[in-house]
Amino acid sequence: MSEPWEDDELEGPVRKFMYVNRKAPYGTIYALESLEVVLIAAAFEQDVTLAFLDDGVYQIVKGQDTEEIGVKNFSPIYRALEGYDVEKLFVEKESLESRGLTADDLVVPVEVISREQMADLMEEQEVILSF
Amino acid sequence: MAMLHTVNKSPFERRSLDSCLRHAVKGSAILLIEDGIYAAIDGTVVAEKIKSAVGDHKVYVLGPDLKARGMGDHKLVDGIETVDYAGFVDLVTEYDKVQSWL
Repeated sequence: MSEPWEDDELEGPVRKFMYVNRKAPYGTIYALESLEVVLIAAAFEQDVTLAFLDDGVYQIVKGQDTEEIGVKNFSPIYRALEGYDVEKLFVEKESLESRGLTADDLVVPVEVISREQMADLMEEQEVILSF
Repeated sequence: MAMLHTVNKSPFERRSLDSCLRHAVKGSAILLIEDGIYAAIDGTVVAEKIKSAVGDHKVYVLGPDLKARGMGDHKLVDGIETVDYAGFVDLVTEYDKVQSWL
């Protein structure tokens, strides 16, 4: 008899997962925890979307160098997400602008969308995880 | 009895900087650390807060926290001085007391 996790019929449906990132990196553990959970969902071949808004846009600012604060710089991992078929990265335009940032300041290619479009995108999701 | 105030929260998310600025008396110093460093960056919607503070206070920002967050090359609000960890220690010894705005 096969193990339950080997039974194809028990494979769940592919759901639309959104990870909402609203915190700056390093000051709290939220950004890194989000990234860890994103990689887990990707391993289960779910339909993953990442949203960056409010201080979450700071997570993907390029040029991060954490050597002097003695913690791991996890910003390069955002560039590796493509390899896990996590390719839908959306950044809220208003959040970038209020922080004096543009898409050129970011470490990874993203789609910049308006707050209104972000709200619509959230409505489309089946599961939303907030960090 | 000059005080050194430290602020470690993002000005976009918390009111720590606002509280600090409302309570810091003239001549006291402000050091932005951790997520507080975002307040030091020019061209943001909160930059005005620090701009209005540099006249009455010496304002410092911790360089290693700027660099960690990719803000090392971004323009700072005029009048802010970047310090390293040794500079942080110097400030703590230079001022009589330290108040942390968490």
